[in-house]
Amino acid sequence: MNLGLISFVALIYIGALFAIAYYGDREAERGRSLINTPYIYALSLTVYCTAWTFYGSVGRAATSGVDFLPIYLGPTIMAALWWFVLRKIIRISKIQHITSIADFIASRYGKSALLGGLVTAMAVLGVIPYISLQLKAVSYSFTLLWHYPNLALPDLDAIPILRDTGFYVALIMAAFAILFGTRHLDATEHHEGLVLAMAFESIVKLLTFLSVGVFVTFTLFRGTGDLFARAAMQPDLRRLFAFDQTPLAYQNWFWLILLSMFATLLLPRQFQMAVVENVNERHIETATWLFPFYLFVINLFVVPIALAGRLLVAGDVSPDMYVLLLPLERSANWLALLAFVGGISAATGMIIVETVALSTMLTNDLMMPLLLHANAFSASRDLSSFMLNLRRGAILLVVFLGYLFFRLTGKTFSMVSIGLISFAAVVQFAPALLGGIYWKGGTRRGALLGLLSGFLVWAYTLPLPLLAQTAGLGDAFIEAGPWGVSWLRPYALFGLTGYEPITHALFWSLLVNASLYLIGSLWSGESALEHRQAALFVDIFRHVGGSEQVQIWRGEASPLDLQTLMQRFLGRSRAEQLLSEYARTRGVTDWRALETDADMIEEVERQLAGVVGAASARVAVASIVTEEPLDITKVIHMLDETSQVVAYSRQLEQKSRELEAATAELREANRRLQELDRLKDEFISTVTHELRTPLTSIRALTEILYYNPDLPAAQRQQFLDIITKEIARLSRLINDVLDFAKLESKAYDWNLKPVNLKMLISDAFDATRQLFLERNITVRMELPDDAPDALTDNDLLMQVILNLLSNAAKFTTDQVTVRLRQEGDFLRVDVIDNGPGVDPAYRETIFEKFSQVPPPDGIRRQGTGLGLPISRAIITQLGGRIWVEGKPGQGATFSFTLPISPFKPSQETSHATT
Amino acid sequence: MNRYRLIGQRLAALAFITALLLNYPLISLFNADRMILGAPVLHVYLFSVWLTFIGLMAFFIERRE
Amino acid sequence: MPQPESPVPSHPPRVLIVDDEPNIIISIEFLLRQAGYTTQVAHSGEDALRILQQEPPDLVVLDIMLPGMDGFEVCQWIREHSEWNHVKIMMLTAKGRDAEISKGFALGADAYITKPFSTRHFVEEVHRLLTPPAEDRI
Repeated sequence: MNLGLISFVALIYIGALFAIAYYGDREAERGRSLINTPYIYALSLTVYCTAWTFYGSVGRAATSGVDFLPIYLGPTIMAALWWFVLRKIIRISKIQHITSIADFIASRYGKSALLGGLVTAMAVLGVIPYISLQLKAVSYSFTLLWHYPNLALPDLDAIPILRDTGFYVALIMAAFAILFGTRHLDATEHHEGLVLAMAFESIVKLLTFLSVGVFVTFTLFRGTGDLFARAAMQPDLRRLFAFDQTPLAYQNWFWLILLSMFATLLLPRQFQMAVVENVNERHIETATWLFPFYLFVINLFVVPIALAGRLLVAGDVSPDMYVLLLPLERSANWLALLAFVGGISAATGMIIVETVALSTMLTNDLMMPLLLHANAFSASRDLSSFMLNLRRGAILLVVFLGYLFFRLTGKTFSMVSIGLISFAAVVQFAPALLGGIYWKGGTRRGALLGLLSGFLVWAYTLPLPLLAQTAGLGDAFIEAGPWGVSWLRPYALFGLTGYEPITHALFWSLLVNASLYLIGSLWSGESALEHRQAALFVDIFRHVGGSEQVQIWRGEASPLDLQTLMQRFLGRSRAEQLLSEYARTRGVTDWRALETDADMIEEVERQLAGVVGAASARVAVASIVTEEPLDITKVIHMLDETSQVVAYSRQLEQKSRELEAATAELREANRRLQELDRLKDEFISTVTHELRTPLTSIRALTEILYYNPDLPAAQRQQFLDIITKEIARLSRLINDVLDFAKLESKAYDWNLKPVNLKMLISDAFDATRQLFLERNITVRMELPDDAPDALTDNDLLMQVILNLLSNAAKFTTDQVTVRLRQEGDFLRVDVIDNGPGVDPAYRETIFEKFSQVPPPDGIRRQGTGLGLPISRAIITQLGGRIWVEGKPGQGATFSFTLPISPFKPSQETSHATT
Repeated sequence: MNRYRLIGQRLAALAFITALLLNYPLISLFNADRMILGAPVLHVYLFSVWLTFIGLMAFFIERRE
Repeated sequence: MPQPESPVPSHPPRVLIVDDEPNIIISIEFLLRQAGYTTQVAHSGEDALRILQQEPPDLVVLDIMLPGMDGFEVCQWIREHSEWNHVKIMMLTAKGRDAEISKGFALGADAYITKPFSTRHFVEEVHRLLTPPAEDRI
């Protein structure tokens, strides 16, 4: 086929992929999430189906029948358990800001950097061959399409790198991963464009594969019946219809199901898609059946295509390529091209997601901890852009390691064998991860032992013999064992024979791994941090938002130190924003005002964990929290039990300080309450006293009148007068008390409006004119016409003025002056008498309720003792001031001020009162 | 939450049964050189158990109480 | 009003009324004079002490809420001076709480009547205080 056409179609497809990812990211930036649906989530999970599925399943079916199926049956069974397992992993990861499976395991076992590094190394070593397999698939399919009908696969060594399609695919994939996989520094943020593009790819690979399947089954044959019938006529094809009749075949089958069950959970790209990119926990629900259904549909035509290939494709050709070859054989070039695009989509999806996942692990769990330990950063350096570049570098590294592996070994291995080797590598994570979320007893040492031993057994029983074969030393090594030690034969360890290598390796590695994990855990103690993390992971559903964590305090650091640290990794504005948000949750407006405590350090660590991973975040935070250059012994020391105890007691101290403060506050509140109570009591007792006084006179005089019917008329009259006055006084007092209570309780309905004071004073004077006339008092009014209105309550102010006038009438000798004038923004009213005046010592006291002020001239006058207090309460609430001046013996001047109304003088009011 | 646990338990039971159905010895009952519905009986068996399992999961999950 | 039995002493006993309420003074003066006692009035505690020093009365009818020195202080002052031992003290006040009554007796008051009072009870109490005990009479 035309090279230009093939390249053109491939580039169009990849261009579309970029466009979709770009679109997804752009929409996300505008706040519209396209991936927030369970369908996109389920589709993105089908990144599980790689070129291995697309080409390799057919290849395997063509040689060994239904043996390709366990790889899809396992995930189907696992999907049913997602309800518990995946949900738990997602919940933990969201709360702990987990960025990858390495991060997850490291976090679980006390944020161990060592463990994170080990898992990363295992994942990279295990998965790189898998990436190379994808490149190989693309490269071969491309070559096949191009050179058809020449079926000879090219000799890789003869192709210079620059003419190798695999190289360019690797390059483009790296570019894609960098563009859409490192958009945010925070690796826990979702890569919306990436996920959207993966969902698109999953549809493309499904539809193209189905097209080939339908074409083969219904165009080349008359349906499946016809196809199977014709295959059944050939004995070596009929053999594929059933298993070998050996129990070992069933055991291989079982182990492959188990292997793929765990692989759906543990492959870095599956973890990335299912956990890190998960937007909503509830998306699991739909994915639980939709993802297996996808697997079911894409596998429907595997056997027909395989059988058709065996029947129709002649010559020595890899059955892996039947998907392309069948259309080509029948000159359905467009379909072959379509199938090629489907193969690309399957391969690229895997490469991209795997690369992003591995690069995150490499930077966060391997490079950063090493760099931090090595103290490679000057304290002031802004690390946020460095982090991003580091991750980009890691992407390039992963992709080209994959490519390199392909170039070195590509000739030798079939797709499925490499794929299964990778599966077996990641399945080593199962004991540590599953044990970690369901068993609190799992410890760091147990996890380390299990992982390491499992990995070593895996390496010895799977990749090593293959590599030995590649190097040409294989046969002796495999057949006789190293140095001729037969029980060390890599495919028959301890003489266990008869299994396929993959089953054999799985059995031994998982056995050793799980046993050492258990034994290591049971025979080692755990630090407090490990203990806490264990509880957090296992009991995740009992924790609400993870906020009620047992906090471990690790020394001194100011909020500013923490800010500086965050700034280095997150950039200034993001650090500022996160700290402010945090401060708000603590009820503080400025984070600088925060006390650094365990909770705050936790938070900083969590935020950093999203960027650099839990282990690195811990190291980074520890480096400033202890305020000294960090070395590994320090880290260990920080974790050891004694410092935990110190930390705990310090925390206790802090708690008890808080408690003391709270108690003091309570005591103060109680004291004030009691004081209020006392004041109220005093008021009541004073009021009763004041009520009893007139009652006393009334009762005594009434009894006198009753028992002495023959009193002289004049005396009778005098007593009756007194009784009448005292009764009047009593009712006045009751009214005053009620008024006062109302004013005090602020329950009064204030009716504020502009009031013309001249009018008001004149009206008040008219009401009290009789008092002045009786005592022959001259009253002078100095009320200017142009005085502005006051903003006040007419009725209440009237009460004040009446009160002052009647006081003046009671105390003055023969003259009272009332003066109104403006003073700045206030109006001032003076009521001046020439009576005995007020002793300076009592100038404040007389405004207190029921004050016992001796009459200036010894003469006790009628009054309730509430007039002036009420006046003061009114004037104060109206926004003014009331006071008294004047020297004793020279009369008293009672004055008050009121704010001027901001409104124009109200014509209405003046007319009404005139 | 109750519905949640109920579905979870149903799914787990289903997974257990399916795992049994898809493994030795039950699978060996269908491992015969016979054809049914125009396909080998083993293939038909595996694909129908598979599809039934998926269908039941979807039924349990998507059925709204 | 029935006349109480005449007191024994040759001259009528003198009662000092200490109160700042003119209308109450009027009623008390009327009751005491009607009962045959001589009355004197003080409007404040200080007034009362001045009168005491000049011419100690036989009985002081003492209000508590007074301008300046209050009734308790006046009572205490009287009891601190042995030369006024024979002066009887009757608290006549609106303060009627148990604590105040106890305080009054503790400071040396001989009777404690709360306002508003029954005129009959008041006169009987005055009479009781100004009548020497039975043993002394024989």
